[in-house]
Amino acid sequence: MRAAAAVLSLALICATGWTAAAADTPMPKPPRGKGEQCVEPTDVMRRDHMRFLTHQRDETMHRGIRTKKHSLIECLECHTRKDVQGRFLPVNAEGEFCQVCHDYSGVKMDCFECHATTPRQPKPGSARSSAEPGSDISFRLRITP
Amino acid sequence: MQSRNAKSKTNRKRREFIGRAGAAAAMLTLAPGVRLVDLALARPADEPASDKVRWGMLVDATKCAQGCTECVDACNEEFGLEGMGRPKTDAQYIRKIDLKDKTTGKRYSLPMLCQHCETAPCVDVCPTGASFRRIDGIVLVDKHICIGCRYCMMACPFKARSFVHENLTDQVPEAPRGKGTVESCTFCVHRVDRDREPACVEACSREGHEALTFGDMNDPNSRLSQRLRELPNRQIRADLGLNTGVRYHGV
Repeated sequence: MRAAAAVLSLALICATGWTAAAADTPMPKPPRGKGEQCVEPTDVMRRDHMRFLTHQRDETMHRGIRTKKHSLIECLECHTRKDVQGRFLPVNAEGEFCQVCHDYSGVKMDCFECHATTPRQPKPGSARSSAEPGSDISFRLRITP
Repeated sequence: MQSRNAKSKTNRKRREFIGRAGAAAAMLTLAPGVRLVDLALARPADEPASDKVRWGMLVDATKCAQGCTECVDACNEEFGLEGMGRPKTDAQYIRKIDLKDKTTGKRYSLPMLCQHCETAPCVDVCPTGASFRRIDGIVLVDKHICIGCRYCMMACPFKARSFVHENLTDQVPEAPRGKGTVESCTFCVHRVDRDREPACVEACSREGHEALTFGDMNDPNSRLSQRLRELPNRQIRADLGLNTGVRYHGV
């Protein structure tokens, strides 16, 4: 976990940075995600995305709640770009969505020490299936009403 | 009076019909792969796991083929586990064990994995609360809280847990894992939460061995409970009184 102070400073930088940016202040320009609108208003996401993620993390880990709205995996679906070969670029690579602002604010992310940085894609030379989880309905578990 | 009698007759008929319909539904569910009732019963994504369920597994060692590692391979694939060239410390959630009775020469082959104990020693010893038992019986490590002390690895009677020694990249989205944390079989909780079977069970069935059965131990009508009633089975190290969620037949 990041120290609270670091989180607060990032939030402050983001909040003040975007709303009252002087014209001569260099601002981070993260690449646009897919679609028109993120799951929350943009200014809310800038300030509070880490809170949504932490909350969702505990709900999923300990209670098995797997809603998509604040799920990190779903973030990747919209916020990863592909290179010329059509392979996903890691979301924490230089110039990519997460890294742009985190570089700017000097806040290190721990998320991607463990979490995937791209949506599921077959590794070069691997036969891993790219099937969507839950797509195969022949293996349902509960059998009684 | 007469009308009441007529009504009760109708009710009885209706009850009989409902009973027969229920039996028919149960028959339907017995056919493997054709379990139409299930679709409507998947737990919604926003609903937490419930203590009405206890997930468990039966390993039928009489069907487990010597030399077959399909379950292990499927697990490695599912979680993106790759060897670092150091077999003693490489991560493994499930492994195959071959046993031989020295007196009779009888050979056994069986998979060993986290036994998802009701009173799990790993949970007992964890100093941070990272090792925990989910309410539906699945024993997990919350890697956000794990400090990598490895007490749980020492406490586990089944050698079920692994420690990540190296920095990792290219993890599988559904299976976050990283250096400095302990990990083990999760019963493929990310699949179970979406009403799918664990990868090892799926692989074993695909190979036609059917040595692994997964299901709800609390539901007397689940395929797992039926097999647990039919087949003599035991817990490994039953002497420890852990009430394991994984049971073995033919060992």
